[in-house]
Amino acid sequence: MIPEPAERVAARTFPVAELRRRLAARPEADWLRNLRGSALASVEAKGLPTRRDEAWKYTDVGALGVAAYGAAEAPVGTPPAIKSLTETLQLVLVNGFLVTPGPEVLPAGVSISRLDASISAELVQARLGGVLSPEGKPFVALNTASFAEGVVVRIAAGTDVETPIELISLGLPGGEPVAFHPRCLVVVEAGATATLIERHCGKGRYFSNGVVEVALADHATLRHYTLQDEAADAVHVGTLGIALGKESRYEGVVVHVGARLARHEVHAGIDGDRASFSLDGAYLGSAQQHIDNTTWVTHRAVGGNSRQVFKGVLDEQAKGIFQGKVLVERDAQKTDAHQLSKALLLSDRAEMDGKPELEIYADDVKCGHGCTVGDIDEKALFYLRARGIDEETARALLIEAFLAEVMEQIAVGPVREAFAAVVGQRLGGAHLIRRTDDHW
Amino acid sequence: MPMATNNEAPLLEIRNLRAKVEGREILKGIDLTIPAGEVHAVMGPNGSGKSTLSYVLAGRDGYEITDGTVLYRGRDLLALKPEERACDGIFLAFQYPVEIPGVTGFNFLKTAVNSVRRHRGESELDAMQFLKLVRKKAADLGVGEEMLKRAVNSGFSGGEKKRYEALQMALLEPRLMILDETDSGLDIDALKVVAEGVTRMRSPERGMLVITHYQRILDYILPDRVHVLAHGQIAQSGGPELAHELERTGYAQYAGQAA
Ligand SMILES: Nc1ncnc2c1ncn2[C@@H]1O[C@H](COP(=O)(O)OP(=O)(O)OP(=O)(O)O)[C@@H](O)[C@H]1O
Ligand SMILES: [Mg+2]
Repeated sequence: MIPEPAERVAARTFPVAELRRRLAARPEADWLRNLRGSALASVEAKGLPTRRDEAWKYTDVGALGVAAYGAAEAPVGTPPAIKSLTETLQLVLVNGFLVTPGPEVLPAGVSISRLDASISAELVQARLGGVLSPEGKPFVALNTASFAEGVVVRIAAGTDVETPIELISLGLPGGEPVAFHPRCLVVVEAGATATLIERHCGKGRYFSNGVVEVALADHATLRHYTLQDEAADAVHVGTLGIALGKESRYEGVVVHVGARLARHEVHAGIDGDRASFSLDGAYLGSAQQHIDNTTWVTHRAVGGNSRQVFKGVLDEQAKGIFQGKVLVERDAQKTDAHQLSKALLLSDRAEMDGKPELEIYADDVKCGHGCTVGDIDEKALFYLRARGIDEETARALLIEAFLAEVMEQIAVGPVREAFAAVVGQRLGGAHLIRRTDDHW
Repeated sequence: MPMATNNEAPLLEIRNLRAKVEGREILKGIDLTIPAGEVHAVMGPNGSGKSTLSYVLAGRDGYEITDGTVLYRGRDLLALKPEERACDGIFLAFQYPVEIPGVTGFNFLKTAVNSVRRHRGESELDAMQFLKLVRKKAADLGVGEEMLKRAVNSGFSGGEKKRYEALQMALLEPRLMILDETDSGLDIDALKVVAEGVTRMRSPERGMLVITHYQRILDYILPDRVHVLAHGQIAQSGGPELAHELERTGYAQYAGQAA
């Protein structure tokens, strides 16, 4: 193998000494200091992944120079007001710092606090890094070593929380580009049900490297809707880990419309029998956007169900990636696992890469996967135009129709409508995406 | 804005129209004039170019016009985009309506109606006004509420698709109606309902081009003229009696012409 030029390697290595200095200055509990220390050691040893790493074959985060971005400082002044999508329990992180810690009065059974708050210390110590270990995940390691303030959400056993919890991460660099690392731990206890909305937006040049860990106890349910609407120059890496207990349900939808480069990486473990996991994704890319959805779903228990549908629309020189791996372990009999990736390419220069993969060691399973790439149906386009609908509107209608299967998975009406409105807004122009950075 | 028109000119005037598909000449010099207020039927064997003619008039891509002109109300039709033609009053009821999964009928119909209304300088209809309109027209044509809720043409039976074309036509109130085998696939009762709907739209300003293989629909929509299209040309024209004659004789007499 040809060695990489020295300056390339340097660009991929984070300023570890600086990180170490910051950590030493932080008054933190020993257990957290240890967790961060070992994460930092792994960052130091490995740096950022390169395309030689199988999991990063299509996406080169380091090439965009984010390693040189300075660490974000705590924001000063009043936090910007952000319109909620619907009635929610809203939390706002600016550059990874929690500026709006949520409403003072929370519904019974819901607790929301900073990761370092004393009331959640025991829970956090027991769970943080438990769903997503930094091992082999360079960006999780970097987040673990670097996160400023995080959020822990706990839904007590048997609670059914109707009001969605809305976690907003805003990137607002002052002048120079910054890097920040939002961190969130969600624990849904036995038989509880909740909805989590995650929104990422901002302005300017920044690197957001978020980690969300979700622990679902037996019979718990989480609906999780993510809108990645980062600024046009932003680099977004989000890693999501989900541990599913017996007969628990995870219903996730992720919609990407923003960022220069986005990588959404999901690790789901079907650990309890008859758990059900569904993850749907929709993404729009134009200009030179690069949107990567990478998922690992591991079935370890009997009778699990997993479904993934990703649909992307790529215009101009945008590039889409779908890498999905479903692993069915030997004991995971009666597993039903499906994944599907479909992309519409609107320009000759747009590109779609990647692969769905199945690795099955159990013999009594139903599994399937598929991957298609196509363009707009010309017959349908003509039919619409022949009814007086102009070409742009007709295209937008067909694209929305293509994405509808994913959007319909958002079970909460106002959230579905709000996400669809953002998508619709981006479809309104001569090109796929009309930039409207100010809509939050 | 509606386009400037010449009120003296015929509604549609096709002169020596020649068109190629994939390098092969399909229309080989069509001459056909439809004055406002008239209904013209076009009959002819399979593959003779009837649908090709209808697509060329509606503005579908993929046809190379090698000669001739098409004037619609005195203006060059071929220079317009499909949506401009539709907004100016041309409506093609497709022989094979296209299924569009994911686009709900309600959204589609409302977008189409409001596009055309905007173009005509009329106010757009809001959801309630539109619902009222569509319910009435749908009831007239026997289109069930359930069909309106589904995606456009998705999983519709052959006959349902044709009724749905007729509904769109009634909603858009076109000036030149081109019906490409709208009768095929309709059962006897549905044919009567649809044909009556079409007949209600007859007016001194409107014209129709009714492409069909069967006399039956012409019993309802009495044509002023009947043309035989064979091998890409109008081989014969006559009054309504020509349709009856063809019913008896078939197209054998046109075989081999204009090859
Ligand atoms: N896209 C195309 N590529 C190649 N040939 C085509 C294409 N479209 C039409 N044709 C050919 O043009 C000829 C005329 O077709 P057209 O559909 O206009 O016939 P028609 O008169 O409507 O027939 P029918 O009565 O069966 O509906 C046929 O031979 C057909 O195969
Ligand atoms: Mg035909």
